[in-house]
Amino acid sequence: MHVDHLLLKKEEVNPLPIRKFVPYLYLAPCILMMGLFVYYPIVENFRFSFYDFSAFSPDKAFVGFTNFISLFHDPVFYTALKNNVWYAVISIICQVFGGLILAAILEDPITRFISSFFRTVFFLPVVISVTVIALLFTFVYEPNMGILNSFLHGLGLDSWTREWLGDSETAIFAVIAVSQWQSIGYIMMLFIVAIQAVPREIYEAAEMDGAGKVRKFISVTVPQVKEMFFVASLITLTGAFTVFNEPYILTGGGPGNASEVLGTLLYNSAFAKDQMGYASAIATVILVLTLLVSLVQMKLFRTGKDD
Amino acid sequence: MIDLETKAAIDYTYNVPAKRRSKKGKIKEAVPLYFILVVYFIVVAYPLFWMIVNSFKTTDEIFSNSWAMPQKWLFSNYSHAWETGISGYFVNSLVVTVTTCLGTVFISALGAYGLTRFSFKGKNALLILCMGGMMLSPQVSLVPLYKLIQALGIHDTYLALILPYVAYRIPITLLLIRAAFLDVPKELEESAVLDGCSSWAVFTKIFLPLNYPILLTGIILTAYFTWNEFMFALIFVDSESLKTIPAGLMQFRDALQTNWGVLLAGLMISAAPIILLFLFMQKYFIRGLAAGSVKG
Repeated sequence: MHVDHLLLKKEEVNPLPIRKFVPYLYLAPCILMMGLFVYYPIVENFRFSFYDFSAFSPDKAFVGFTNFISLFHDPVFYTALKNNVWYAVISIICQVFGGLILAAILEDPITRFISSFFRTVFFLPVVISVTVIALLFTFVYEPNMGILNSFLHGLGLDSWTREWLGDSETAIFAVIAVSQWQSIGYIMMLFIVAIQAVPREIYEAAEMDGAGKVRKFISVTVPQVKEMFFVASLITLTGAFTVFNEPYILTGGGPGNASEVLGTLLYNSAFAKDQMGYASAIATVILVLTLLVSLVQMKLFRTGKDD
Repeated sequence: MIDLETKAAIDYTYNVPAKRRSKKGKIKEAVPLYFILVVYFIVVAYPLFWMIVNSFKTTDEIFSNSWAMPQKWLFSNYSHAWETGISGYFVNSLVVTVTTCLGTVFISALGAYGLTRFSFKGKNALLILCMGGMMLSPQVSLVPLYKLIQALGIHDTYLALILPYVAYRIPITLLLIRAAFLDVPKELEESAVLDGCSSWAVFTKIFLPLNYPILLTGIILTAYFTWNEFMFALIFVDSESLKTIPAGLMQFRDALQTNWGVLLAGLMISAAPIILLFLFMQKYFIRGLAAGSVKG
């Protein structure tokens, strides 16, 4: 992830004259906590995905690849995967592209006198708990008096109104929309920080050449924030494949399995159906997907750096 | 981030345009930009505004007239929500958040000190271990973590939340603090060592006080994560009396199926602390998010 600038700093410090075990004492709590609660579970999860077991029994039966085979034959798995892909595509468009455009507008000198107000408001949803936001949006989507249907009604678009979360055609998109509403401000803020680091002289030179706002955005802003662009897409893509909170609270994966994602499938398998091994297999698939996304991103990022 | 005054000064110096655009052209350019801002402002602000206004109404009034101002401002919704369970969740969230923040920042600062001030075997491996921890999402470890927490006998206690929270927040917090510690001039600690200070004294008397802004950033980011975390809170704690706000709200909703004004008031109470923290500490908040570029 985007920690290069934190890591590239030169170390020029002479180590303190000290006994050898001392540094390990300072690091012991970190190693212990991360080892036990971050790394050990990852390894265990991989092992668990080859077993069949339940939450409260100590017995485990080794079943080989059975969990994966039945997962890949489960139509709900493909519904979930498809919904995660929708999540990824829409999040890239709304959060990364939308966030970049909002950031560019707020950093334009023409909006300067009011930009800090808009910036703060646009960022507000990021700091509100996802439970609060999801419950608030059950009111937005409420079929009879909800904000969305009332708004459509007010515009005379009654034929567009529907039961957004109860309709299997729209449920997943209604859920995805909530995530966009909450997270655009976050990606926008990252781009604002990136744009503020662009040397003003470049914009100045572009202006001298008579470049308009759109031209400056395409030829100066976009290439200058390329690095943040990759970071932002990595964050949104990883988020899209691990999402759980919004679908769980808003629809629970329903109606039927229409808005199921891998995260809710994992949760339901583990804690509703008590198929812990099957759930671990789903977790392994999620891990592989997120690692693939990271690898592809890093590869693209390296290539991007060369030119 | 450049502070706003300097930025304004720079903008002023550089933006005296070579070819002055006509005033009319400027307005024409500004209109679409402001249009986008205002539309998005309505999209973001209206649901929040709706939540505030309707949290003061009766359910009947929300149903019949959700767009208008309340006929009578029902502050009692708030006390009702507080007594119906929010107070308990609130205290739990407070306990878990404060403990997690202090634990995370202290352990990360220790680790950062160990990684920046000594040279020893396996240092780079440890740094990589730390970064790797940031890429792993908690969802992937859900089942084994659940088993582990049972095995440790801490299921359904505060510790079932605090320990995993601390562990998952260490990587980013440690990297943040490490970057700040690398900037501490070595002369400072050399003179302290000459005065006979131990490495522990250098840590507590020089490094911690000197770097309090970054420690504060670490605390704020951890608080933001912990206050809002939902999945672990839902799964690792069963007792109603120990639930934190995000998980407790689900219960709260079920208890209040028909009392929407009170439910909305409960949502307001739950969101308020972190919104206030953000509004008052915006600088630290954004600095931290930008430096780590890693979300909760």
